[in-house]
Amino acid sequence: MSIQLNAVPEKVLNWVDERFPLTSTWKAHVSEYYAPKNFNFWYFFGSLAMLVLVIQIVTGIFLTMNYKPDGNLIPGTNISVAFASVEYIMRDVAGGWIIRYMHSTGASMFFVVVYLHMFRGLIYGSYKQPRELVWVFGVLIFLILMAEAFLGYLLPWGQMSFWGAQVIVNLFASIPVIGPDLSVLIRGDFVVSDATLNRFFALHVIAVPLVLLALVVAHLVALHEVGSNNPDGVEIKKNKDPVTHIPRDGIPFHPYYTVKDVFGVAVFLAVFCGVLFFAPEMGGFFLEHPNFDPADALKTPAHIAPVWYFTPFYAILRAIPSFLGTQVWGVLGMGAGVVILAFLPWLDRSPIKSIRYRPTSFKVMLVLFLISFIGLGILGAKPATDFRTVVSQVLSIVYFAFFLGMPFYTKNEKPCAPVPERVTFSTGKQQMMFIVYVTIAVVGAYLFGTFI
Amino acid sequence: MKKTLASLLTVASLALSTHALAAGAGVPLDKAPIDPSNAESLQRGAQTFVNYCLSCHGAAVMRYNRLQDIGLTEEQIKNNLMFTTDKVGEQMKVAMAAKDGKNWFGATPPDLSLIARSRGTDWLYTYLRTFYRDDTRPTGWNNLVFDKVGMPHVLWELQGEQILHVEGEGEHAKKTLKLVKPGTLTRGGENGQFDNHEYDQRVGDLVNYLSYMAEPTQVKREQIGYGVLLFLILFLIPITYLLKKEYWRDVH
Repeated sequence: MSIQLNAVPEKVLNWVDERFPLTSTWKAHVSEYYAPKNFNFWYFFGSLAMLVLVIQIVTGIFLTMNYKPDGNLIPGTNISVAFASVEYIMRDVAGGWIIRYMHSTGASMFFVVVYLHMFRGLIYGSYKQPRELVWVFGVLIFLILMAEAFLGYLLPWGQMSFWGAQVIVNLFASIPVIGPDLSVLIRGDFVVSDATLNRFFALHVIAVPLVLLALVVAHLVALHEVGSNNPDGVEIKKNKDPVTHIPRDGIPFHPYYTVKDVFGVAVFLAVFCGVLFFAPEMGGFFLEHPNFDPADALKTPAHIAPVWYFTPFYAILRAIPSFLGTQVWGVLGMGAGVVILAFLPWLDRSPIKSIRYRPTSFKVMLVLFLISFIGLGILGAKPATDFRTVVSQVLSIVYFAFFLGMPFYTKNEKPCAPVPERVTFSTGKQQMMFIVYVTIAVVGAYLFGTFI
Repeated sequence: MKKTLASLLTVASLALSTHALAAGAGVPLDKAPIDPSNAESLQRGAQTFVNYCLSCHGAAVMRYNRLQDIGLTEEQIKNNLMFTTDKVGEQMKVAMAAKDGKNWFGATPPDLSLIARSRGTDWLYTYLRTFYRDDTRPTGWNNLVFDKVGMPHVLWELQGEQILHVEGEGEHAKKTLKLVKPGTLTRGGENGQFDNHEYDQRVGDLVNYLSYMAEPTQVKREQIGYGVLLFLILFLIPITYLLKKEYWRDVH
C-alpha cells in the first residue's frame, strides 16, 4: 500500500509536467536558481517585501468583507458610514481589530522594507548592467506602491484621509491647461466626496493591486534571467564549474535561502508584532492622530502632514517656491524625485558595483544623499517654518545633485581596493562598522528631528 | 541585527512625534493618569461620562453592552448608565440633534468615541481642568488649551470657578489659573491654597474611560501581544536560526 502511495505523486507529477511546466519552473526559479552564497543582512528585504505584500492582500480581502465605502453621514451624527464601518471592524467584528492593525502596520512596514531593499540596490550597484530592467521594474513597483498607499489612506475617511487626498489631488490641478479637468476626473466630483471614496476604493482593492502583482512577477522574472547581484558586486556566472555549469559561488535558492529567509521572516515578524500589539499608532506615524476624527469638509486641520513614507517627497514639494504664476514646479520636483530613480543605471558610469570597492567620492555623495533623504523625511513631517524651508531647499538640491552629478563624479572611478575574482563573506570588522553606521544614522536623525 | 535596526527606527520615529502640536496654544500638558486595568476608575469614568458628557456628545460607535469589558453586568448598565435607549446593544447615541448643537454652541459637539486617540489623553486631562471664567465669551467660559472653545464648563459644579492670571506680555506671557470659588470636589484651604486633588482624580477617571472607549481592545491587544512575542522570540526565531545553521553547515 505504501509503495503504491509513493508511486502516485510521481505519476501525478509526470501527468502534470506533460501538460504544464511545473517541475521545470520550480527548478528554474527555486531549487536550481543559483544565488551568490555571500548574501548579508540587506538581502532579507526582497523576500520580506513579498511577505508584506501577501499580508496586505490577505488582510485586505477580509477588511473588504466589512468595510463600506460610503461617505454619507449616519443620521443624527457627524460620522460617515465608511468611518463607522472601520470602527465596526475594530470593535464588533471578531478578530477585526487584529486584521485592521495588520493592514495598517503592514502598509508602513511595506515602505520600511522597500526603502531598505532599494538602499541595498543603491550601495551594491544592483541596478547596473545587466540588471537595469530589474531596477526599472522595481522603481515602477515603488511608484505603484505609493499610489496604492495613497488610495488606501482615503478609505478610513478620517480628517487626514480627507485633507491629505484634497492636497494631493489639488497637485494635479496645478498642471497647466489640463490640470483642473484632470483633478475633477480623479475626484469624480468638484470636491473630495463620496464619489472619490468609491473610485479610490475600487482602485485600491483591485486595479492597482493587479498592476502591482504583474510588476512583481516582471521584477522576479527579470532578476532570475540575469541572476542576483551580491555585496561584492562580483558576477558569479563568470566562474562556472566546467562540468556541471553551476556557478562556483552559487548555492541553490532552495533550500539555502529559503531556510535563511524563514529566519528573516521570524525576526521580521517579531518587529512587526511588536508594533502591531504594542504601538499600532507608532506615535502618530503609522496611524495619524487626526485621522481618528471623522472627515469634515468644513474643518481644515491645523497641520496636514502625509504619512511618514511620503514625507521626503512632500518636503521637496514644499521646498520649491511657486514662480511664473504657477505652483506646478513643486509638483514636478516631487515627481522628478521619484522618477529620477529609474534613470540610475544610466546616470552611474562607474563599472564598479559594490560600495566596498568604490572610491571616497562616491561614498561621500552617498552619505550626503542619505542625509538629504532622511532630513527631508523629517522636515516633511513637521509644519513649515522659514528656517525649515531653507533647510529643505538645501537638502532638495543635495538630493538631486546626487543623481544629476552622478555622470560626472562616477566618470573616472578607480576602485579603492581591488575587486576580488570570487565573492567574499563580510568580516567581523565590516559587521561592526555596519552597526556603527546605523547607530550614527539613527542618532543623527534623532538629533536632527529634535532640534530642527 | 534587523531587530535592533527596527527598534532604533522606532525610537527615531517616536522622537519626531507630532503629538506635541496638539497643545496648540503652547500650554504644557499634564500627564493623564491612565490605567486601563483599573476597573474601578473606568467605571467611575463611565458614570461621569454618561452623566455629564453624553447629553451633548455622542459615542456613536460604542455600544452600551461593551461596558461589560470594564466589569459591569448588563443589569448594572441598564439600571445605572442608560438614559437614551432601552436596548443594551445600542450605541451611545446622543438625544440632541446635531443641527441644534450647531445652533446652540456654534459647532456640533464632536463625537467622543475616538476623542482620546485624536486629541491624546494628556490634552483631554489638561483641557477638562483648565476652564476659566471669561465674560467676553457667550457661555461665560474659556479654556487654556482650547481658546474660545464653544463648550461651557460642564463640570463647574465639581471644580468650582477659576480665573485667568497672566504674567508678562505677548508670546512669552505666563498664564496660570487660580481657583476663586471651590466646587463640590475642590476645597478651599488656608492662605489661598486650594485642594484640587479629588477633582483631578475624577477627571483622570473620565479620561481613563475615554481612553478605554477609544480602543476597547487595548488590554486584550497587549495580552495577546505578549503571547505572540514570546512564541516568536523563544521558539520561532531560535528554531529557524538553528535550522538555517544546520542547512548552511556545508557552505564555506
